Amino acid sequence: MTSREGVALVTGASRGIGRAAALRLASDRWPVAVNYRSDAEGAKETVALIESSGGQAVLACGDVSTADGIEETYGAAEAVGPVLVLVNNAGVRRDTLAAMMKRDEWDDVIRTNLDGAFFASKRALKRMISARWGRIVNVASVIGLRGNPGQTNYAAAKAGLIGLTKSLSLEVAKRGITVNAIAPGLVKTTLTENLGNFDDLAKTMPIGRIVEAEEVAAAIAFFASEDAGAITGQVLCVDGGMTA
Amino acid sequence: MVDAKTVTREDVLEVIRSELKGFEVEEGDVKGEASFDSLGLDSLDLVELSVRIEDAYGIDIEEDDLKEVWTVDNAIDVVLAKLGKS
Repeated sequence: MTSREGVALVTGASRGIGRAAALRLASDRWPVAVNYRSDAEGAKETVALIESSGGQAVLACGDVSTADGIEETYGAAEAVGPVLVLVNNAGVRRDTLAAMMKRDEWDDVIRTNLDGAFFASKRALKRMISARWGRIVNVASVIGLRGNPGQTNYAAAKAGLIGLTKSLSLEVAKRGITVNAIAPGLVKTTLTENLGNFDDLAKTMPIGRIVEAEEVAAAIAFFASEDAGAITGQVLCVDGGMTA
Repeated sequence: MVDAKTVTREDVLEVIRSELKGFEVEEGDVKGEASFDSLGLDSLDLVELSVRIEDAYGIDIEEDDLKEVWTVDNAIDVVLAKLGKS
């Protein structure tokens, strides 16, 4: 439970891991800024779910892959308070083999998954430095650790996000700001729904099932907590044993 | 928020002196020619100070502005420029 006067901003919070993280942080008493790019209905549903549980949430529309979108997002979030927790979750996939990959398929994935996370973090840093406290949690992927055919763009973006996490954590460590990454494995979300038959995929997982978005959200909430103040620059795999 | 028309160089120096108390800097050491390095401030301290000055004057201090700031006088110049005083 937080007693800090600030806001938790979750990018890409209209569904999946982002929504689960928003709900979980709200249950830890953070007012939550629910960012989305195009799924307004989903984002409104996230806000409604938080409010129906007695939490506080605000819609923060904006495409975090653009400078204007980041300003738009922060404008809405900072109307509630300074962003002291940032969850960089917004992500896209454009899977195809490298030999077939078009320039825009590469660029889209790098822009949203990596550029978006960097510039959203940069925007948060001044206030976090001023508050001498902050939590940045980057939602990476096991694909950024071990690769996957058809996902060179996604793997590069997620591996980049892990490098960003480690370097940034060292820059701001003395200011009470932690920067960590979560590497989810196979989680059933709209982002992964076309990966195959989930019943078959579950059999390949060491835990014998798919990871739930709420389990990833629990790890995000831990990194965002006061208790995790001595943990920074780390990558926590929430992957059902995929990388064991 | 202050009235930009009436802000003087000495006013900005006083604000900087006041904000630097939070960095455990001796007030008497904060003079125009003093470098932030000599006052014991690192780059992140300078970012923190800039946020406090932004709030005090309702201005935006950009990355490029900070790159030109080595001394207290440099910081005063930036603030006055942002307020349209130079």
